[in-house]
Amino acid sequence: MKQANREKLIAHSIFIFGCILVLYPFFSILFLALSEPGTRVSGFTIPTGIYFDNFIKAWSGGNFSSGLYSSFVVVIGVVSITILCSVPAAYAFEKLDIFGTTPLFAILLLGLVLPYESLIISLYYLMRDFGLDGTYWSLILPQIGLSIPFSIFWLRSSFKTIPISLSEAAMLEGAGRIVILIKILLPQIKPAILTLTVLLFMWTWNEFLLALVMIQDADMRTAPLALSYFAGNKRYGDPAITAAAAICVALPVLIVYVFLQRRFISGMVTGVDK
Amino acid sequence: MGSMNKFINNRPHKKIDYSNYYFILPAFLFYIIFVLYPLADTFYTSFTQWSGIGEKKWVGLENYYNNLNDVKIISSIKHSFILIIFYSFFPIIIGLAIAGIMVRVKVKGIAFYRAILFLPQILSMIVVGIAWRWIYAPKGPLNTGLDFLGLDNWSRAWLGSFDFALPFVGLIGTWVMFGFAMILFIAGVQKIPTELYDAAKVDGAGPFAEFFNVTLPALKGEIIVALVFTVTLALRNFDLIYITTGGGPGTSTMIPSMFIYKKAFQMNQVGSASSLGIMLTLLIFTLISLILITLREKK
Repeated sequence: MKQANREKLIAHSIFIFGCILVLYPFFSILFLALSEPGTRVSGFTIPTGIYFDNFIKAWSGGNFSSGLYSSFVVVIGVVSITILCSVPAAYAFEKLDIFGTTPLFAILLLGLVLPYESLIISLYYLMRDFGLDGTYWSLILPQIGLSIPFSIFWLRSSFKTIPISLSEAAMLEGAGRIVILIKILLPQIKPAILTLTVLLFMWTWNEFLLALVMIQDADMRTAPLALSYFAGNKRYGDPAITAAAAICVALPVLIVYVFLQRRFISGMVTGVDK
Repeated sequence: MGSMNKFINNRPHKKIDYSNYYFILPAFLFYIIFVLYPLADTFYTSFTQWSGIGEKKWVGLENYYNNLNDVKIISSIKHSFILIIFYSFFPIIIGLAIAGIMVRVKVKGIAFYRAILFLPQILSMIVVGIAWRWIYAPKGPLNTGLDFLGLDNWSRAWLGSFDFALPFVGLIGTWVMFGFAMILFIAGVQKIPTELYDAAKVDGAGPFAEFFNVTLPALKGEIIVALVFTVTLALRNFDLIYITTGGGPGTSTMIPSMFIYKKAFQMNQVGSASSLGIMLTLLIFTLISLILITLREKK
């Protein structure tokens, strides 16, 4: 039994060491951000008091209220339209007859591994031709296209777990395709849709390159883009203010993560598995 | 009703119900317009010379030829391979070693540890980059720590150094990825039936033999997943390089995606940038195929 206890001790030590490694950068910038302006913070001292001055300076200097607003608009657009389009597609692939399912799926598979760094140039000129560059649509529309492959894969595998007898029974009572989808299947895959929502929210919130290329107007910048301009802005070269800004941008995802962390982890781990 | 024929009749010569396609149409429209069309368009542009306005001038393979003869571009691809060591190789080795140790241990509170270890995955790379910029800063925690240990002459501006910038950006990638690899492999290890380990023990296998004969083969699926995921990220990697070094100092941390951005949007060499985009895509596809072929075959 001693042996087992020693193994447990080693396991806990490894986990705790790993967690300290992960958390150190966060606490490092958190302490920096909460420090008294003008004092030298080394990264090892624990702050003597909590000062929000850096947050106030970051908030007013970096235009983050409009950054957060832009990000929310884009997230809501991308997540809602992606799910609205992916649910019927996944349903059709899994439960209805689609001639050519295999080749169509292979084409979607391409989108899962495609580096979108290589699409960004064309997307920019496409949006310019549409006259949409500089608008929220130039961020929403491409991200819907890029999110659709993963969403269909994810939803199709959850439709697969629903026994066919369920929809058969409803069909014998004369229910049509859409009624079956909405009344019978959707309630069954609600957890899968929630997980997908969380993942799409995170990916869209963190997206950077598209915003960097499409958005010129400072008031339209998304939160990560505003942060990058802010961090590169010499006038606010104080690392403590930059740290406060970074925390503001990370906070919405962190808050969702605290409540729904199981969905993030299971979604990412099983998601990349597929 | 006819559309539901998958449910009722499975006769071989059923009629195709085209109305089923309405269900996949919106999704595919988005996918075609915003993924497939840009891919095809980039492919076409890669054979032309174009500044972003006016006509595209067909130049055949010239852009590709020039890329392959450009020392800076070749070295940017080399940088990407060095980053694969940090983003992919190190985290996977760490994750496997830890999973090997934890084969028999049931740890209480694993959900809590997992939640923390997964944290770097959910954050914007811009935020991650800013946190690490501070750690590596001339007066940041790393140098302060070195001074404290009496290693003053070691301290430097890490991200401003020609020799150290690339590996130190790489270490950020290791930091982002090791928790993910640990979680993936520990979850995989727990699915291995304990009888396999008991049998190995009966055969007199020590911990190393146990690891190489039982744990490692059983984790093959998870290793493939981890490799594909981390290698792809190491090759793309735009956000982190942009916020930490911007490719510098000099071109010591330049990577292909950074070149694509600079050429297309700052130097107006859209054709050349497109050809680099296609090369990056092909490189990623080749590496993923290699991973899948070599690891899946040896079953």
